Amino acid sequence: MTLELCIQYLLAGITYGSIYAIVAIGFNIIYNTTGIINFAQGEFVMLGAMTAISLQNWLPLPLAVAGAVAVTMLVGALVEICFIRWLDRPSVLRMIIITIGVSILLREAALHIWGDGVYALPYFTGNEVSSISVLGATISPQILWVIGTCAVIVITLNLFFKLTPVGQEMRACAANRTAAILCGIDTRNMVTLSFMLAAGIGALAGCVVSPITSSQYDGGTGLAIKGFTVAVLGGLGNSAAAVFAGLLLGIIEAFSVSVMPLAFQDAIAIAILLVILFVRPYGLFGDREAARLQEF
Amino acid sequence: MRPYLPFPFLLCLVVGVQLLTQWTDTAYYLTQLTMAAYYALLVIGLCLLMGYAGQISLGHAGFFGIGGYISAALTTHNLAGVDNSLIRLLERLGLLAASTDMFGDPLLTVHPWAAAAIAILTAVLVAWLIGGPVLKLTGHYLAMATLGFGIIIYRIALATPFFGEADGISEVPPLPLLPGLAISGDFSARVTNYYIAWGLLALGLLLLVNLIHSRIGLALRAIHGSEEAAASVGVDTAKAKLKTFVLSAAYAAAAGIFLTHYNGGIGPSEAGIMKSVRYVAIVAVGGMASLWGALLMAVLLNFLSLRGLFGTYDDAVFGLILIAIMLFAPDGVLRLGIAARLRAWRQAHASR
Repeated sequence: MTLELCIQYLLAGITYGSIYAIVAIGFNIIYNTTGIINFAQGEFVMLGAMTAISLQNWLPLPLAVAGAVAVTMLVGALVEICFIRWLDRPSVLRMIIITIGVSILLREAALHIWGDGVYALPYFTGNEVSSISVLGATISPQILWVIGTCAVIVITLNLFFKLTPVGQEMRACAANRTAAILCGIDTRNMVTLSFMLAAGIGALAGCVVSPITSSQYDGGTGLAIKGFTVAVLGGLGNSAAAVFAGLLLGIIEAFSVSVMPLAFQDAIAIAILLVILFVRPYGLFGDREAARLQEF
Repeated sequence: MRPYLPFPFLLCLVVGVQLLTQWTDTAYYLTQLTMAAYYALLVIGLCLLMGYAGQISLGHAGFFGIGGYISAALTTHNLAGVDNSLIRLLERLGLLAASTDMFGDPLLTVHPWAAAAIAILTAVLVAWLIGGPVLKLTGHYLAMATLGFGIIIYRIALATPFFGEADGISEVPPLPLLPGLAISGDFSARVTNYYIAWGLLALGLLLLVNLIHSRIGLALRAIHGSEEAAASVGVDTAKAKLKTFVLSAAYAAAAGIFLTHYNGGIGPSEAGIMKSVRYVAIVAVGGMASLWGALLMAVLLNFLSLRGLFGTYDDAVFGLILIAIMLFAPDGVLRLGIAARLRAWRQAHASR
């Protein structure tokens, strides 16, 4: 394998990896405030991309993307308000089944709105054939958009959680819900907010990656599985580790293409997930003792 | 005797429905009822795992696929002209079936029974191998791990030429049970096959009813209540869970084999995630720990779905059912717990 090819694979891996990381962070945001794994997280990504594709028929691209993010956030809030908010201490099994049901509904709704065609957003800068050269490897400028956007999302989220009062309230809610309630934080609204936030960043990730991967109504499930793999790999709830784990999985997948048929690419991510679940269910960076106290 | 009381009713119902379709000249309903019975076989196996042992599996369509695909591939793959020691050994053991295809060319395939045995054994082996580590997980992790397993099976079916890739496998021969009795989709054997399917389903149900009223059943329910408590009174929880998982996988594989022979083929969607989710939905609607509830809902919902009642909203209907049941009646629709709720309401008001 030549150096150029290596860099090519590496960059492709980083591109996919950053999308996985964003999906994983979406999982983490909701998991931290509610203890729920939202199986519909991948559908938010799909929904964001599909909405943007429809909107850009009437609006310029930046506005279409912004609109899609807003619409998906609204959907996220609606999901929480309709299905999650009024449940009193639901069991884990119940939440799993409900969020799976939500993911089916969103997917079927998308199927009836957009059909089963494959669509894509136009390239943000340039077009399919424009390329730039990085260390001898040739890449599409869209890859820079993906990596840049994901970096901005991660940094902004970090600042949001550290510096803004709302972000701090959400963290309080994640750390200790009862204590947060006692401090006068409306934890229910924080949960709604976490669903909106997860939906919003998922939609944005879906938009930037759409020109490269194209979008289809059933694209969410595969992303959700990989996002979950990444979230577990890093340790559930740990968003900084999720970024690292996402890049790791993306790069492994990219290089696996050189030794395995493309059709089995998904199987690799899942095999990694299974191995991690069996060997280190608390994640690469997780703490065994802390994980024991959590309810998965 | 009490657990066996519903069986005579089931017999009457099955015979009654058949006679009804005969009188009203609607025998075509029997085709979907036969298929629904085979799906129900899988669902009652899953019900044992979910309702009694308390372990969720989002990968049961995978086991269905293993059963269906292996028996379909082995019974259709032409071995005529292939000459090696393995084939000769199989032939000497009488495990191969020779016939001719519609052009009169010789066709040498694995005998349906041998294929079915291999399929079941494979499913059991796979379940046993992955069951060990998977069943150590709980909650979200268990759900995701089984979902992942289901996706891998689906991907393998979709990407392997031996399993027909996206087209699946067709022209699967009938599965002979007794002389003159075979599982086949043949038009003339529709009534016979209806009774075969329901007979097999009743047999499968009988085994499970026996099981849950035995010591093993008690142990499983103890595990569902609390694994620690069950372990403390001497239940080998890991072993009991694994056995249940393997048994329910065998049920799923058997359902896959029977239905594949009945339909004469299988496609990748049978092994897809949506199917697994659908089975979980049916068990949930039936009331989780209720074999009869699961049976009833499996037949009813699969029949309606196969009749095309839900049209293009088929998957959406199952998603909606799943959400509605979990939101409003997590114990299933057959027992909304009206009596218990009334009692709780009275107590709440009496204490005021």
